[in-house]
Order: sequence, then structure tokens, then C-alpha cells
Amino acid sequence: MIYLQLFLGFLKVGLFAFGGAYAAIPFIREVVLSYGWLSDEMVTYIIAVSESTPGPIMVNMATYVGATEGGILGAALATFAVVLPAFIIILLIMVIFRSLLKNQYFSAVLAGLQPCIIGIIGATGAYMIYKNVLFETAGVISLDIKTLVLTLLLVAAYTAVIKFFKKRVSPIIFIIVSAVAGVFVYGI
Amino acid sequence: MNILFELFCTFFKIGLFTFGGGYAMISIIENTCVEKKKWITSDEMINMTVIAESTPGPIAINCSTYVGFKKKGILGAIASTLGVVLPSFIIIFIISMFLDNFLEIKFVASAFKGIKVAVGILIVDAAVKMFSKLKKDAVTVIICLSAFGILFVFDIFSLHISSVILLCLAAVVSFSVYVIGKARKDGGK
Repeated sequence: MIYLQLFLGFLKVGLFAFGGAYAAIPFIREVVLSYGWLSDEMVTYIIAVSESTPGPIMVNMATYVGATEGGILGAALATFAVVLPAFIIILLIMVIFRSLLKNQYFSAVLAGLQPCIIGIIGATGAYMIYKNVLFETAGVISLDIKTLVLTLLLVAAYTAVIKFFKKRVSPIIFIIVSAVAGVFVYGI
Repeated sequence: MNILFELFCTFFKIGLFTFGGGYAMISIIENTCVEKKKWITSDEMINMTVIAESTPGPIAINCSTYVGFKKKGILGAIASTLGVVLPSFIIIFIISMFLDNFLEIKFVASAFKGIKVAVGILIVDAAVKMFSKLKKDAVTVIICLSAFGILFVFDIFSLHISSVILLCLAAVVSFSVYVIGKARKDGGK
């Protein structure tokens, strides 16, 4: 029964895929391959598609596999299954979190987790910029001039709006502008 | 506007623009849910990120469930989670049915390269904003800078370190500092 398999397979992905999209990829690959839903080549293709479309990789993967294996119903079921564990776990945590916050030892732990996550987010963004600007081919690292210029221009525009117009930049508008700029810089 | 409908629409918009991994959406959530709509505070936002990172599942789902539940209980959680998933569901479904050569469309590839540049900037900016709002003392600043340094260096040398390990280390350090400080205070009395 393909629907049940899709549901159980992606429930497993949703339940055990820790630590953000990229950390979860090896695990997702393993599950999808073990059911024989996709070839290794297809997995790589979908990860690449996921990177150019919005949404979490594992949700994209669930929708794609579900759709190819079981049409719209399969897609809906697989997506539902992959989302369910995170949904339930967060609800449970939120119920106990409030009372935990009153505990001094838990607060002490949280006081350490907060700066840590900020460091992690900062490093993720910094590495993303680094990887955009410098690329490696056959062990030689070279500079992507076009991307460097685009990065500097976007940073300049971003800070200029904040400094001179005293306005916050809407991330959504910023993303749209950068997509248009990308088409101009890298061509159609 | 009905709050459920508003949650759905807001997270639909967030889901539509969550490119490049979960952290990209932190910047958008900060902008809409903290600054504009004031659904959650900045402190809650950091806690939410900590929870999202230490539990399974995509950050997008964790965050939408969190905000939705806080605003309107279980129905709110459903509305916002449905909203955040739907855009990618529709897009991937269409791609899986009709587009075999999605990645070969030059236009899409160029636009996405541009988006990747923006997302990196947005994520760094989100971290800077969160850092400026953090209650700072020697311990928190050291933890933050070490986490940043360790992860960035590991990434550059293509070594893998799970963020969960970094979070555990930070928890141990912060907990020990607290317990030692408390013992000293009690001993001094």
C-alpha cells in the first residue's frame, strides 16, 4: 500500500531529521533510497531544485516523492507526515516551556543557548556569503567578481535605506530586488 | 481581519520567501511577527529559534507552529503551519508534474543566484540584530563569539559539526558558570 508507505516513510524523516536542512540531507537520502522511491541521481536533482524554490528541503522532497508515487493525494499525505512530528513536538514543548522558564537552572541553561544560537545563525549567514563569493574548482579557490560586486551593491543599498530613510528594509522586497538584480547580472 | 486568516496569510507569505534553508525566514519573521505585528517579543523569538534548532523538523514548521499556537491555540498553530507549507507544496507539485528541466531554465538559475546573495546578507543582519538585543555579559558574549568562530571555521574547512553539539556545549558552560557562581555566593554567606 503506497499511501501507508509514504506516510510512514516521511513520518520517520520528520521525526529524526535534526539540526536544520543540510544536516538532515544524509538521513533523508537514506530513507528515500531504502524505499526505492528515487534514484541517487534524482535525490541530488531534487535537492538542487529545493535550493531554488522556497520551503524546507524535506517538505519539498516529501511533496515531490508523494506526487510522483501517488499523485495529489500521495503528495498531500507525504507532506502531512513530514510536518506532523515537528508540529506535535513544538505544541508539547510550548505547554511545558512556560513552567520550565520559572526554574532557575533551566533559565541558566537557556542563558547559554541564546547567545549560542545567535552565533550559529551569524556563522551560517557569513559562510553563505563566503561560499557565494569564493568558489572552489579542483582545489583552487577563486573569486567570483560578479557576485562580489552584487553582494557589495546589495549591502550598500540595504544600509543606505536604513541610514538615510530611517526605514526598515522589508526582507521580502529585498529578496525580490535581488532576484531581479540576479537576472541582470547573470543573464537570461 | 480574522486572526486565523491573518496567521494563514502571513505565514503563506513567509513560506513563499523562505529560500536557502530555515534561517532565511528568521529575518522575515523578525520583520513581520516581531516588528510589525508584535505577535512575539524579540526574547521569545530567540527562544523559539533555540527550540527549533534542538527539535527535529524544519525550522519553518517549528516557528509557524510556535507563533500560531501562541496567538490562537491549536487552531492558530494549524492555520500558520498550513500557510507556511502551502506555497512550497504548490510549487513543487507543479514542478514534479510538468517541469523535467526546471534547473536548466537560465532565468530561474540567475534569479536564484541573486536571491542567494540577499539571503546571506539577511541572515547575518538577523544575527546582528538579535545580538544587539541580547542581555550581554562576559559569558554570553564569549559563548556567542565562540559558536560563531567554531562553526564558521569548521564550515570553511568542510568539516561537519552539528549545531546541536554546539548548543549542548553552550548549555553545559552556562549551567556550570551559574552553579559555580551560586556555590560561591552561598559559601560567602
